[in-house]
Amino acid sequence: MSALSSTYALIRKDIQSELRTRYALNALLMFVVTTVATILFALRSDQPTPTVLSGMYWVVIFFTAMSGLSRIFVSEEERGTTMTLQLVASPSVVYFGKLLFNVVLTLSLTVAVTLLYMIVFSTSFTIQTPSIFIVTVLLGSLGFASAATIIAAIVAKANTRGTLYPVLSFPVLIVLLMTVMAATAKALDGEPFEAALGDFQILLGYILAMTGGSYLLFDYVWKD
Amino acid sequence: MIDASVTVAGIAKVFSRRAIFRGISFSLKGGDSLAITGRNGSGKSTLVKILCGVLTPTEGTVQYTLAGRNVPIDVAKDQLGLVSPYLQLYDEFSGLENLELLSRIRSNNFPIDERATDALNLVGLWDRRKDMVRTYSSGMKQRLKYAFALLHRPAVLILDEPTSNLDAEGVDVVKRVVEAQKSSGIVIVATNDALEARWCAEELHLGDQPQTAMKR
Repeated sequence: MSALSSTYALIRKDIQSELRTRYALNALLMFVVTTVATILFALRSDQPTPTVLSGMYWVVIFFTAMSGLSRIFVSEEERGTTMTLQLVASPSVVYFGKLLFNVVLTLSLTVAVTLLYMIVFSTSFTIQTPSIFIVTVLLGSLGFASAATIIAAIVAKANTRGTLYPVLSFPVLIVLLMTVMAATAKALDGEPFEAALGDFQILLGYILAMTGGSYLLFDYVWKD
Repeated sequence: MIDASVTVAGIAKVFSRRAIFRGISFSLKGGDSLAITGRNGSGKSTLVKILCGVLTPTEGTVQYTLAGRNVPIDVAKDQLGLVSPYLQLYDEFSGLENLELLSRIRSNNFPIDERATDALNLVGLWDRRKDMVRTYSSGMKQRLKYAFALLHRPAVLILDEPTSNLDAEGVDVVKRVVEAQKSSGIVIVATNDALEARWCAEELHLGDQPQTAMKR
């Protein structure tokens, strides 16, 4: 119970801190608005296919997440509070606290991007199979957050944080990106739920492998 | 306060093939106090970080015993209080909020309000408890670190450069804290100041061979 209450207290601290400092929130919002506007201007009156639209949808989420999710550990490192956390919480509490905070942040981000897409591309971005879309967004956000959290922990200890994060993230996230893009295209195409089951299995496997591996690795990343 | 002891056996720390120190051994129990001294770069702060479990020694072991039972460092952390220049609190929260948040993350099962009131009164920050830490002076931040370190009434109090940024009144508070801690717990002070080193009954001078704690 104490690990659960510690994790909850850490998430609460991070949410309160984020609302006060806007370390990640402002960067995420600006990136979403800028990239969606750029895509809108580039397409003009063209009608992109569902595959192209889903690709662009996840590209926006990928780059936006890359600009914001690393802050979770980098901000602690920059403010010198890493050691304070090391003293009051076990590595597993810190890992799951930061992971769940990133899940909340990624889910909020995907909701924001989805709403913006539905407004801006009202004619071409029509979700015909909402069940596939919802499961894809949920699993995709979990996958993004689980990969982003451990990479953020590694990058926070490096000297060249800004460039290292997307460089390290891309190869780790490529499987996830390809799977969520394929599943989203199916949701836009109106395919039945069963058609995306294979994609969901890959996403679940990815999340389990990434979270399990990260949990085992985190102790070493966090301590020295 | 829980009965605690710490046994350090032959620890060494090597960074990039350079040994900061080697073969450090000492043992402390309730009522003991140790000053860690040595020139700049001798590894005082590194040793403090190893004692707190935030750095792993390259060789050797640090064993904490709480209430007669050997415990891993992650468990012993609940009985450690640390004040050091490289320990920072959250600027975007008030002094009181910092104590409350960190106490909840630590899952302390004592009445936080009461303890926070005592700790903030002790360090003279009660009147500024609702101000954001970013508005504190460096001396006030150092006082808040003491409130944080003492909030859970730790069995082992570790002070690295204990009086940095403090005024005369703050130094008196630190002296009182050290004396109170020595009555039942363990105090470890890492310092370059000979006067601060004299607060402790034993001294470990890093750089000497063999590196064991010596009675004064």
